[in-house]
Amino acid sequence: MVLARAVDVTRRYGDNLALDGVNFEVEPGELVGLLGPNGAGKSTLVNLLIGIRTPTSGRVELFGGDPRQPQNRRRLGVTPQETGLPASLRVGEVIDFVSAHYDDPLPKAELLDRFGLTDFVRRQTGGLSGGEKRRVAVALAFLGRPQIVFLDEPTTGLDVEARRFLWDAIRSFSAEGGTVVLTSHYLEEIEALARRVVVIGGGRVLADDTVDAVRGLVAVHRVSLTVAGDLPELDGIVSAEREGDRLHLLTGDADRLVRDLVAYEVPFQGLEVRPTSLEEAFLTLTREPVPA
Amino acid sequence: MTSLALTHAKFQIIETARIPIALFGSAFFPSAAMLAFVVPFVGDNAEYATTATASMITFSVMSTNLFQYGVGVAEDRAQPWDPYVRTLPAGAGPRFAGRILAGLALMFVSLIPVILIATFLTEATVTPAAFLITAATTVVIAIPFILMGLAIGYSMPQKAAIVVAQLLFFPLAFLGGLMTGPGLAPGFVENLAPYLPTGGAARLMWAGVSDFPYDAGSIAALAGWTIALGWVAVWAYRRDEGRRFS
Repeated sequence: MVLARAVDVTRRYGDNLALDGVNFEVEPGELVGLLGPNGAGKSTLVNLLIGIRTPTSGRVELFGGDPRQPQNRRRLGVTPQETGLPASLRVGEVIDFVSAHYDDPLPKAELLDRFGLTDFVRRQTGGLSGGEKRRVAVALAFLGRPQIVFLDEPTTGLDVEARRFLWDAIRSFSAEGGTVVLTSHYLEEIEALARRVVVIGGGRVLADDTVDAVRGLVAVHRVSLTVAGDLPELDGIVSAEREGDRLHLLTGDADRLVRDLVAYEVPFQGLEVRPTSLEEAFLTLTREPVPA
Repeated sequence: MTSLALTHAKFQIIETARIPIALFGSAFFPSAAMLAFVVPFVGDNAEYATTATASMITFSVMSTNLFQYGVGVAEDRAQPWDPYVRTLPAGAGPRFAGRILAGLALMFVSLIPVILIATFLTEATVTPAAFLITAATTVVIAIPFILMGLAIGYSMPQKAAIVVAQLLFFPLAFLGGLMTGPGLAPGFVENLAPYLPTGGAARLMWAGVSDFPYDAGSIAALAGWTIALGWVAVWAYRRDEGRRFS
């Protein structure tokens, strides 16, 4: 059974096309990363799947039904934005409030313990630090013993230790068979957690594959060299960036680029060829090719 | 469903009670209006003071609910907590019911000073039975104004909600005959008032505290308003997707 599905989904906000014919499916047990810059449409896609918004056209399903129907959200977990916790309520009260919506929630003590929140139970959420709020927000997603959780930027603004802590919580949920959909700007985070990456840009799905395959799909290398003047017209350069006399080129075919540089007798020095990070791979997917 | 509604009500009240100035504000205006208008002008006439107090309660029921729900809901919708709550497995029912319960509780708190002022500073008087009937009537007449507030709060952004609530509240009070005693308003108001939610509500209140007759036409109109406003409120909630960005 597909837990969450978007079929040919388009969503407009006025004249702005946020999603354009998107197809997306999540199977039980998957840990999927949604990757894209701000405004790419990943939050819109998540909001459609969790029933906050409706598609302009196309169809979304959660547990095989309409996510706007409460009964289809019984096994769904979502993180609120950290800034959104009701400031005057105590952490324990927020948990009690959310708990009351589920038939069989995790016991409060267990949730507090699992997310290291036991010491905060009497604190008003308005007085917590950003990282502490984030932990409360992520913990809420797991309160109803969900089958699928949607985590929007779960570790934004956290220190390394807190981030590792949450990553472990997400991994152990996944290891117990839970399904996770994660959005992030942190490529490191998606590489650390997700097995499957869906790259969204300009409202479209640009790639949907394993982390390795998305990297391999573009097979982008970064070729760096020191050269004084301009380069001749070379094929296959996705982007070029100059840093003093150092030139960084992204290309899908590093071997050919190097051969061309030699063939054109470009007087380069300090040649360096490196495989790219996912971030660079991602840039080549979302950016139009630019002439060097 | 009922226990979830109580949970929503409980946390709504906790949130309000932790900012006591909010409670103070909703209690201040009806009491101030009592002291400024009812006590000096009709305070020593038992009959006028009683119906004027009933009018003032109707007035404050309308204004607190219109603002509490109209502006409060629009404000909540702008907070990121609201879309999160919409992802929890519960529909509009418990949230609506919880808000209404909390609103009624806070409304009664804000009416206590009005009743104390009427009791000790005016000649207004009711029998214990009439008092209970009027208390029950207060709950009934609150419903259309709660729904009106919810319809406003869920259908427009915060700034528009404040303006609309303000634009509605004065004409509704005046045309409903709340500014004058029973039978004392200008002729066109007397003709129109029974069929406005404010006028219908005030007539029910007057009938509770005095021998003002119950009027079937006016009650039917109030029931009609309640159903219509309820329909608009539910429609506005369903089409709401939180704050709109474009």
